[in-house]
Amino acid sequence: MALLIDVASGVLIAAGCFFILVGAFGLVRMPDVYTRAHGTSIIDTVGAGFLLMGLMLQAGWSLVTLKLLFVLAISFFTLPVVAHALAQAALHENITPKLAEDRRTRALGKDAPTGTGDESGKA
Amino acid sequence: MMFAGAAAALLVAFALAALRAIKGPTVFDRALAGNTVGSLAILLLAVFGFLTGRPEFLDIALTYGLLNLIGTLAVLKFFRHGDLAYDADEGKEP
Amino acid sequence: MRTISLAIFLFAFWLALSGHYTFALVGAGLLSAVLCALAARHMLVVDPEGHPFQLLKGMVTYLPWLAWEIVKSAWAVTRIILHPGLPISPTMTRVQASQRSAAGIATYGNSITLTPGTLTVGLTNSELVVHALTRDGALDLESGRMDRRVSKFEGTL
Repeated sequence: MALLIDVASGVLIAAGCFFILVGAFGLVRMPDVYTRAHGTSIIDTVGAGFLLMGLMLQAGWSLVTLKLLFVLAISFFTLPVVAHALAQAALHENITPKLAEDRRTRALGKDAPTGTGDESGKA
Repeated sequence: MMFAGAAAALLVAFALAALRAIKGPTVFDRALAGNTVGSLAILLLAVFGFLTGRPEFLDIALTYGLLNLIGTLAVLKFFRHGDLAYDADEGKEP
Repeated sequence: MRTISLAIFLFAFWLALSGHYTFALVGAGLLSAVLCALAARHMLVVDPEGHPFQLLKGMVTYLPWLAWEIVKSAWAVTRIILHPGLPISPTMTRVQASQRSAAGIATYGNSITLTPGTLTVGLTNSELVVHALTRDGALDLESGRMDRRVSKFEGTL
């Protein structure tokens, strides 16, 4: 049983490390700031998720598991805030994203295409 | 052994993020890399706690997670408005 | 009612973080939890938005669904990053959020950002401007699958 838990947590930690490395690699490889943000979102979601789940299996039922859960929750709640603020600030500074296709002007339901969508309110 | 491997992988990721922070053409690339380093530091603190058998490091990781958010938002606000005390309700830019 | 629930939640949080159960420390925790709850009530932030414990019921089914979506799209983005040709086709699009409350729209936007491959850039009224790593991701979002799921989550409030 202890061996089974060790193997399971080892697999989870290895998966987490794999996704963290992939995310960091994407951060270096992607061409512009918006696409780089997608790379980091891998680190904060699946990378941190799998790694912390592996650590939780090692910790067993204790307060340490609960604290790891809090760390995971904080990372899940702060990532969208930071990513959104970053992308909005970059768009506000007129850093144009390299786009294959711009579908921002497509008609939305009943209303006609009006603005370009750049004018985003304070979230 | 397992934890040492995880810590090594995290350090490699640190190096890649630092590379982006050095290369990054715009300030937003650097802010993104800084935030990534922050979230990697949280994970490294958690792993390090297990590596040395001292789970107290998790408390530091929790605090660092909150500080990381505030720090990144402060940097972004500074570079967007040039002023940390900017208030949109005042109408004019200071 | 909501103030009492907030105090209980804060006290549970204190107990989880402290780990020492002597009389003095637990008493200090109880006192500070109650004081914080009263201060929050005095600041008028103890409302359905400030302390949304009614969301817990819907969370139980929503979070596993979101986790599975995140894993699926993370695997797709991983394949793109490791592909030698880097086959990305960045697309920006607009989607209409059908949620009624501000919390519902915020949940939708944050869920989009949490899913690797899509990123909420801007928000006007109930229109989200989204940057997607691939064209397929943008089209999947435009189909409104996630929008309907979040609306269902909002309906359980």
